[in-house]
Order: sequence, then structure tokens, then C-alpha cells
Amino acid sequence: MKEGKFLGYRRPDGKVGVRNHILILPTITCATRAAKQITELVQGTVSFIHQHGCAQVGIDYDQTFRTYVGMGLNPNVYGVVVLGLGCETHQARSVSDEIAKSGKPVVTVSIQDHGGTLQAIAEGAKVAAQMVQDASAIIREECDISELIIGTECGGSDACSGLSANPAVGYLSDKIIDHGGTAILAETTELIGAEHLLANRAVDDQVAKRVYEVIEAMENRSIQMGVDIRTGNPSPGNLKGGLSSLEEKSLGAANKAGSRPLQQLINYAEAPTKKGLIWMDTPGHDIEQLTGMVAGGAQIVLFTTGRGTPTGSPIAPTIKISTNSSIYKKMSENIDLNAGSIIEGEETVDQVGERIFSEIVNVSYGKLTKAEILKQHDFGIWRIGPTF
Amino acid sequence: MSDKNKTVMMKPHDKVAVALTDIESGVSLEVVCQEKTFHVTLKDPIAFGHKFAVAPIREGEDIVKYGEVIGVAIKDIDVGAHVHVHNLEGKRGRGDKIGKH
Repeated sequence: MKEGKFLGYRRPDGKVGVRNHILILPTITCATRAAKQITELVQGTVSFIHQHGCAQVGIDYDQTFRTYVGMGLNPNVYGVVVLGLGCETHQARSVSDEIAKSGKPVVTVSIQDHGGTLQAIAEGAKVAAQMVQDASAIIREECDISELIIGTECGGSDACSGLSANPAVGYLSDKIIDHGGTAILAETTELIGAEHLLANRAVDDQVAKRVYEVIEAMENRSIQMGVDIRTGNPSPGNLKGGLSSLEEKSLGAANKAGSRPLQQLINYAEAPTKKGLIWMDTPGHDIEQLTGMVAGGAQIVLFTTGRGTPTGSPIAPTIKISTNSSIYKKMSENIDLNAGSIIEGEETVDQVGERIFSEIVNVSYGKLTKAEILKQHDFGIWRIGPTF
Repeated sequence: MSDKNKTVMMKPHDKVAVALTDIESGVSLEVVCQEKTFHVTLKDPIAFGHKFAVAPIREGEDIVKYGEVIGVAIKDIDVGAHVHVHNLEGKRGRGDKIGKH
């Protein structure tokens, strides 16, 4: 394969995925169990557990709705069975209608309309099975790196994160962008103290202004609660790893963003409308951040870790990169690549960055990530309002 | 392994360096960062990934790593001492400080 190319599945809206999943999308907690049972009946289907979809209002309703729709729209998904109960605020039909605009196969199943759980499972499994066969007939094509959106994330950080794996992801981010692609930086909480570095790289004053706005909003949430943000972040594991303050963690985390200009600052679970470096406003919570980036269209996520984590997405391969060699040895069943070689002086940041690039191409060919093999189908929505 | 491989200092005007192995108290190190060299005798054991002061830091002074502020010293810190949550406090997201100035 030529440099700058990967293998992907072309979707009706022109986007390309590196996976070909059928997503069983429960729009409400009450339907998550039935959705899971459909995945047990039909190979090639995936789903996720959550506790949302009802008695949500305003911007919190919108954010959850946008996340559901984004999961369905992600190009790694061939088709979607949207499974609802029937009486919930987040109506399955509304979610289906939005996803259907992309031209993907979408079917709505309602537990109440179909006369109970077992009927709904049967109906959902029947349509999912046909989608799986249709999806399996698609032949992958050579695609340009400019069609890739890479999500970047660090979780369970240690003092090596800012020295090894994050700078290597930064190198990779620059390389993807130089090929015309897109890299998402997120974790607004973990950029507190490093915001001026990103604001200086903003393409215009509007983007720079937004950087300070989202940072202020995030910081104010802890201030309004009257708490020290350090009670939650840095976490106990971060502290043990040698990180002493949120600012220190942030300065290490910002290395993931490489050195290219910041093109756009988008809301949680929103799809970028520009290419290049994009900042998505998310919390530092690993799963909420991951979910936001995947709902925003990231086909592959790079996840650096110093303390070790199993995290993965139901639909986007998540390549785990360790910041130190001892955690790589200890948790090799969870971690795909090791950047600890930089700490030992055996490899440079650029060399590890190149290895990550090759891994992205390999994963597009079908190489499974550790999180995929262990069925680590994590999903969590950043809730920004109370439940009523 | 040489001293150079055991520690890393990010920017020449940083106040701290990072241990890249577990290092015992009393060990004398030469920490090199670009054109600057610091001779440091450790006053505490420093675990892998943890920080020690390469210059004296006064209470109330900003502590610099990566060339940027990572927090403030809440007591005087000697050269070679462990720098962590017992003598460094973050300045951001401090809702607990409201009304306590």
C-alpha cells in the first residue's frame, strides 16, 4: 500500500470507516438489556450499556441526542437498529430519522410497539442479521489519509506521559494533518494550565477566544462547587505516578496536540467541519471523552496510558500506547504499543510516532486492537444537566 | 547507566527535574538541560517519575516545569528535595479557596 493510504469501507454519505459494524443503538436505559441480547444472537453486531435517554431537558437533552446520532453516523458503522422502549424523551424514531439522512440502513424497533421484550429482540435480530450479510459483501477500498479523523486521548497518566507517549502522538497528529487529515484533541479539564499554548496556535481570534471560554467554564464548575479540582483530577493514580497538580498533567497532555495550528473548537460529540487540529470540549473522564470523539466521527482513537487501562469503544478501534515499559509488560493484554522505549533512550519520539502511524494502517487492514479483542465496549455521555 | 539517563529536565529555567529510575536519598547527580548544568545531592528518595528541585524554591514562589507554571510552593524547598503534593499546590480549579483569601 502507498504511503498516506489506508483501507476503508465507503459509506453512502462519502465517508469511510475502518470497521463494518451493525450497531444496536438503545436510546433508553430500559432497552439496553434487549440490545445486548440481540448482539448475543447475531454475529457482527455491537451495542453498549448506558443509563440515559429519559427525563432529560434543554442542552442536556440535545447533547445526549447528538451523541446517539453521532454513534450511528460514525463511518465505522454500516447500519443501525435503533431500539427504544416507546415512552421515553429520547424517541428512537427521532434518532433514526437523523441517522437515515446519511443514507445508511436504519431500522427502528420499539419494545412497547412490538408487544414486549422478546418480540422486540426477535424483530431487531431479524433486521440486524440481514444488515450483517449486506455489510459483509462490501469490498474495502484504498482511501486517502485526508479522510481519517483520529481521536487522541490520555488516561491513567503518569510523569512519563508528557515525555514519551504524548509527544509521539503529537508527532503522529502532525503527520496525519500534513496528509490532509484530522486529529481531535479533547479533555478540556486536562488542558487547564496549558490553554495559552493552544490559544497561541489558534487560526483566528474567534477560536482563541473559544479556548479561554471553554477552559473558564470547566474551571468554574469546580469553583462553583467550592471544591479543589485536585480531589478528582489528578487522580490518585496520577499522583502516585509523580504528577502533583492539574497544571502539570495538562502540560503533559497538551503534547498530544503536536504543533500544527488549532483550526476549530467544537462542542461535545459534534462532527468537525474543518480538517487539521480540532479541539473538542469534553471532560477529562476517559469514557465520556472517548464517546464524544467517536460520536464526532473519529474512526480510530489513540489512547496513551501510564498507569494502564483497558478502555475501548464499541465501534472505533482504540490503540493503547504505554508511556513506560514496565506497565507495557505488566498489562500487555490491554496495551498495543509501547512508547517507554523513549524513556530508556532506545527510540526517539519520531520513531515511535512512525510506529503508531504504521499501526493505524495495520488496524485499517483489519488488525484487531487489544480492546476490541477483549470486547471493551465502553460508552458514557457527558451529562450537563440534572435528570428530571 | 549514566546519570544523564536517570533524570530529565525539560527546560533550562525549570525549577525541577524528573527521576527516570528510583533514586536513593544522598545520591549526587549532574542534571544537564541544554546549556545549563546543575549539581544536585538528593535530600529524599525519588521514585520513578517523581520530581526533585534543581534550584532552591521559596514559599509562595511559582514552580516551573516544561518552562511553564505547574503550581506554587507552600513551603521553602531545598535543592535535591522531593517536590510533590506535600510542598506544591496547584493554582487552578481551586473552588476550596473561595472566601479563604
